[in-house]
Formats: sequence, structure tokens, C-alpha cells
Amino acid sequence: MSRSCKAALLASAFGAMLAWTAPVLADGPSSVGRPASPAELKAWDIDVGPDFSGLPKGSGTVSRGMEIWEEKCASCHGTFGESNSVFNPLVGGTTAEDIKTGHVAALKRTDFPARTTFMKVASVSTLYDYIRRAMPWNAPKSLSDDDVYAVLAYLLNLAEIVPDDFTLTDATIRDVQQRMPNRNGMTTAHALWPGLDFPGMAAKPDTANAVCMTNCKPKAELASQLPEHARGAHGNIAEQNRVIGPVRGQRTGPDTAAAEAPSPALALAEKSGCLSCHAVDTRIVGPSYSEIAARYRGKNNAEALVSKVKAGGEGSWGAVPMPPQDDLSIDDAKTLVAWILSGAPQK
Amino acid sequence: MSKLRPTGEATPRTDPLVPGADALSGRLRRAPENFLTPDEIGQVGKGRRDFLRASFLAAAGATAAATLGGRNAAAATADAAGDPDILNPTPWGSSLGQPVAANPYGLPSKHERGLVRRQSPGLTQVAAASVSFAPLQGLFGIITPSGLHFERHHQGWQDIDPTRHRLMINGSRPEFVKTPRVYTMDDIMRLPPVSRMHFIECGANTGMEWGNVAVPTVQYTHGMLSCSEFTGVPLRTLLEYCGADLKAAKFILAEGGDGSSMTRTIPIELVLSGEVMVAYGQNGEMLRPENGYPLRLVVPGVQGVSWVKWLRRIEVGDRPYAAKDEAVHYIDLMPDGQHRQYTSIQECKSVITSPSGGQTLLDKGFFTISGLAWSGRGAIKRVDVSVDGGINWTQATLQTPVLSKCLTRFTLPWNWDGRPALLQSRAMDETGFVQPAYGQLRAVRGTRSIYHNNAIQTWQVAESGDVNNVQIL
Repeated sequence: MSRSCKAALLASAFGAMLAWTAPVLADGPSSVGRPASPAELKAWDIDVGPDFSGLPKGSGTVSRGMEIWEEKCASCHGTFGESNSVFNPLVGGTTAEDIKTGHVAALKRTDFPARTTFMKVASVSTLYDYIRRAMPWNAPKSLSDDDVYAVLAYLLNLAEIVPDDFTLTDATIRDVQQRMPNRNGMTTAHALWPGLDFPGMAAKPDTANAVCMTNCKPKAELASQLPEHARGAHGNIAEQNRVIGPVRGQRTGPDTAAAEAPSPALALAEKSGCLSCHAVDTRIVGPSYSEIAARYRGKNNAEALVSKVKAGGEGSWGAVPMPPQDDLSIDDAKTLVAWILSGAPQK
Repeated sequence: MSKLRPTGEATPRTDPLVPGADALSGRLRRAPENFLTPDEIGQVGKGRRDFLRASFLAAAGATAAATLGGRNAAAATADAAGDPDILNPTPWGSSLGQPVAANPYGLPSKHERGLVRRQSPGLTQVAAASVSFAPLQGLFGIITPSGLHFERHHQGWQDIDPTRHRLMINGSRPEFVKTPRVYTMDDIMRLPPVSRMHFIECGANTGMEWGNVAVPTVQYTHGMLSCSEFTGVPLRTLLEYCGADLKAAKFILAEGGDGSSMTRTIPIELVLSGEVMVAYGQNGEMLRPENGYPLRLVVPGVQGVSWVKWLRRIEVGDRPYAAKDEAVHYIDLMPDGQHRQYTSIQECKSVITSPSGGQTLLDKGFFTISGLAWSGRGAIKRVDVSVDGGINWTQATLQTPVLSKCLTRFTLPWNWDGRPALLQSRAMDETGFVQPAYGQLRAVRGTRSIYHNNAIQTWQVAESGDVNNVQIL
């Protein structure tokens, strides 16, 4: 490469840089800020619209999706996307007939309380966009575009929208849209959008109460009251109200103000995110602390458990893996293990 | 639990509370009640007042013993010449107080520790994708203290380094924003600011109550509601600085910088109105991390989910985006099985916050009914209050200021005669829209909508003084 050629290249590279780094000297507030570079735009402009604008090229198979799913998704969503232990179920409640009509029939049934993601979502683009920007929950944006295709292919397969041997690509996703079970299930015929650009938008609100002042109805009948079991379900309401004023809170539970402060180890477990998957007495995603204590207590292997907590692993308690806890210090891990082995006391 | 709960079949109360203490009556009641044990408060509910005098004396003795030490406590109290907190030195009136800056960032009184935001047990399984409710039962006026502002996070909250935070503005197609721009916080805070007070309400506020009464207090029925003064730059101004094509634009997308990078579609009409704001200030200080520090979108009148926190990007486009929180959640299921999509406006609504569910009136006689009204379509025009479950209504007084898309405080004096009452409030906004009754709302939307429940709330006052959550159609 000739020297002049190099210089020209440098100059043009510098020029390109100038285009987005040099301060704009014009007066006035429109000079504040700077142009975005193409690389910056590419890094952040990741939204995918229902018309598939913004969809990256790529592909993923159902079987590859299953691998990723079991490693990174099943611990929260269940092996078949059916779990409701951490989040609402993703899959279930749709039928082959729904895929034909584009309306999920179960949504009309008042005796069918479940509302899974696939019962609701009309646009498959939403799922690609969301998985890419926000999943896995504890490591968002860590999946490659192809991995997102694969995970979505697996989900679509679980929902019986695509066959086992399906490959989801930026082309085939358009066919999938035509099989989304609730693709015709949305309406914009309402008055709750503060803009002008949706079909069917109603000009008027859907209720029309009036200002009546006297003898507005013959009597006031109670349609519903707080069930007795719900009275104490939100702790002691006496402690959720002021100690002065015209009213006091009703006493609906034991006083906690005088009780001992919660155990620092419990607070540490909460802060470290342990309690998303573990509880003291019940299984959530991982084993309960009482199960763990029962298995390991008195076996003098606290040190091994500390390593296990740090490194994660699977197999000891079933197939769902525990992720490594890189952010947890050794000291904190020791505190937690000692606390768990002592029965995970609340105070 | 029933032992703790005064029943509604209590004998009617007798007055005066402290027989023979006419000269001091009324004023004297407050002090001893501060010493009431929970059981004694329960007895108030059962109509028993006679013990109050004894309690008063015991309290006087206890205070005296505590504050007078070796002095003759009995002498100070035996004749009940008056309120021991007047007659005797108080600890705070007879000692040196704390120095300045003992709390460099001030804290509420320790006596206010009950008024905090709280979760509703069982509502969600994971606290990082959950809600905490503002304690509306104890708040005054219209501004929510920043530390009590309700929380809704989809993937946990972050405390972003403001020196590393950026806002990008671009177009879904190059022609919408010919030169996409990047702003640092330094940049945004150089621009001409505006400060405005607005309410923010989660679309799912009161969502647990669609089918029936589910939760006991106004904190849980209506506590996904807050109101602040926000400071920032109108989004319209920023888009104009960027040279965005505001004629071609129909929608914008707002995107967060946290793990969820949450997105929502906003209509360009609302942006063009100048109301939508890119805000960094909240109640005179920076936004709290839980509320989007250092930058959030403020979308007056629209449900909270659109007020994207930790705002990192605005895209100008001509099509709606069907983001997760407008295609899977925040869609309103109707009885015919269809979901209303892009429901956004928080329609006219009100609730009485005092007295409210879970509280007990300490005595019959004079009270001030007080509550909040708001509308996503503008200013509150009037609020009516009923104490008989909606048969008859009285117009309440609106406290100033009365601002567009902002909480408005209403009050109404009320003499409680000790008989059962059913308290309701009904708001009307400047468009003439009147808040619906449950029956009217359910007739159109059924009971499974989850979102946008703006029905009239009823609090039942029992003879015991207990206030409970009930519904009237």
C-alpha cells in the first residue's frame, strides 16, 4: 500500500470518526449531544416488530433449542415450559383447532383460569424480541441470535405449532406467524389508547356513569366481602398504620415490631438471590434448605458444600442444574452453608 | 383470629368517654389511647370505654415513673389534674437533642415505621419480578414521598452509574431520524428543563379485585399509585433537536437500559402534545434507582408500564411494536375471549384513603373523610362521597392544586353516628366522564380483565368502628 494511499485511508477513517465524535459547533440546544455511530446503532437497535422489521438473519433447530432450554431455561420455566413455580406457564391451553382459527377457545371459558403465554400472544415476533433482549432472566442478552431462534423453535414445538424436525429461520418464522394459536385474538376497538392510529378505536369510554345525588338506588347490597382467611394474609395491619390520628390499624396478626430482627444470613440469602430457587421447607426449583440440612448435617463436609454453592452443579437433587454463583464471596458462601446446615433459622 | 377481631354486633357506644371529665373531655381522649394495648383497642370496638379512664391513670403513672425517676410519681398523678404529658416533664422537653447531620440523608420518625411499601404475599413468586405497594392509608396531600413510591420491576432494579448512562434517539427507518443521536446525562441536564406533577398508576392497580374482594387495605387495593413532581426535557423538544420527521412518525418505542430492556409503544400524538417527558428529577432530587435512576420516561395519564425506567433509547417509527408488555402482559381479556391490546389510558378513578380498609375508627363523632382522585384524561372536576353505599351523595371539597393528570386530594367532613356505614367516592374528570360502579364495569368487561379496574371502591364501617373492604355493584 502506497504511503499516499495509507494517508487517504487514514484521513477517510478520521473523517468517518469525526462524523460521530466531533462536537457540533452550531449554537443552540440542538448542538447538545452527538451523532450515533453505526456500530452503536447496531448494538442497541435490537427491537423486532410484528412485521419482522429488525429481525436478524439466522436459524435454529428444535433439537438445539432443547439443549439450550434444559441448560438455561428449564430451571425457571420447567422442562416443558409448563411450570408455574417461578413464572406463569408458557405453554398449554391451546389446541389444533386454535391453530386453525387463530382464536384460543379456552379464553372464553370462565372455568379455565390458566392463561399461558401461547394462549395470549398473537405475534411470534414478540417472543423472538423478548427472548433476545431479556432472557435468560439472570443473564439477559447472553444468547446468540441463532440460539434465540433455537430456543424459540423448541418453545413453538412444545406448543405443538411446529414439528420436531423444524428449523426456525428468519424466513420460516413468517409461516409460523400464520399458525400462532391466538393470532386473531387481539382488538384495538377500545378507548384506552391516547393516539389516533389503531383500527376500530372507540371515541367514547365503554362505561357511562352519571352524577346522581339523591335516592340513586333503592338499597345498597354487598356483592362481595373480604374472606375471613384473607384478613390475616397481609400481616398485622395494626403495624401498617400510624400510631396517631383518627384511626388505628386492626390487629390481624402477631406483633412483629418487638420480635427479633431477621437473621443476617437470611438477609444475605435473599440479597444473593438464593430464595428465588430455594425455600426453607418447600421445594421451589432447587431443594429446600431443610432437605439439604437433613442430608448433610453432621457429615463435616461444609467445605465441600461451600465449593458446590460457588461452582453450581446438577445431579445431587435432580436434573435441574444450579448455576454457578460467581458473585458470591467465599466468606458469604460459608455463612450461607453454616446457616443452611443449622436449619436456616429465620431469626 | 376471631379473638383479635372485634365483632360487628357490639353494643352501641356510650358517651362521654371519660364521665365527669367534661372540662377536659375530648382533648383527654387522645393521650390515653396512645397507650392502649391491642386488646384494649379491641374493647373500644366492643363498646367498652370504662377502662379507658383506668388506662389513662396507669399511663400517667407509667410516664411519671419513667420520667420522674425518684420523684414521687404517685403525687404527680393521683388527682388526675390533667394530662401527664402536660403536667410532667417530657423526655424531649427536658434533654438535649441530636446534632445536625446526625442523619445526613434524613429519615422519617421511628414512630412512622409502619408506613412503608409492602408486597402482597402470594401475588408473585419472585421478588425481582414483583410489586411493592405505597401506603396510601397514611399519606397526606398529593405528593408521594420518593422512598414510598410504589415499585414494579420486571427483572430487578439496578443502580446505574449515571456517568455511563446514554440515551440514543434513532428511527425505525433512516428517514425518520436522519442523524441518530446519543446523549449523555451531562447533555440532557444542559437542556432547558420543565417540572410537572403527575400521577403514575400501574395498569394492574386494583387488579386483584376484579372478581371479588381479595385484599384488606387500600395499600393493596390501590397502592400501585404514586404522584411526584418530575423534572426533565419534553420528548418533543429532544426529537426536534434531533431533526426527527414528526410528520411521518406515528409511534415511538421507549426502551430501558436494565436487564429486561423493557419496551413500550407510545403514540406520537401524546409526544407532540409536549406532555411526554424524559425525566431525571423526582420531587427535587434525582430519580430513585427503583424509579429509573438516572433517566425515565414520563407519560402523563398512561399506565406506569409505559413510563420506561432506566431509559436508554427512543425509536421513532410508523408501526406499533407489540412488545412483550403489550402483547403478552398488559392486555385486557374481555368476556368474548378477545384481548384489548394497547390499552394505556388510566381512566378517571378515586378512592377514600381515610378511613379505609383494615382501620378502626376510635370513636364516633367528627371525622374527615379524605381520599385521592385522578384521571388519565385531564383534571378532576368533582368528587362525590356517599356514606350509604351509593344511595345518596355529597360533593366533596377538592384541595388545591387541581392539576391535569395529577392526583387530587378531596375531603368531606363526616359525623359518624356509630351505625354501620358504607363509604364510597365517585370522581368525574374534565371530560365529563364519571367513575363507574363495579356493576357497570363488569357488564362490559367481565371479571377477568386484570387491568384497568377503575370501579368505585366501598369501605364498610361496622358498629365496632372496624372498616372493611367490600364491593357494591
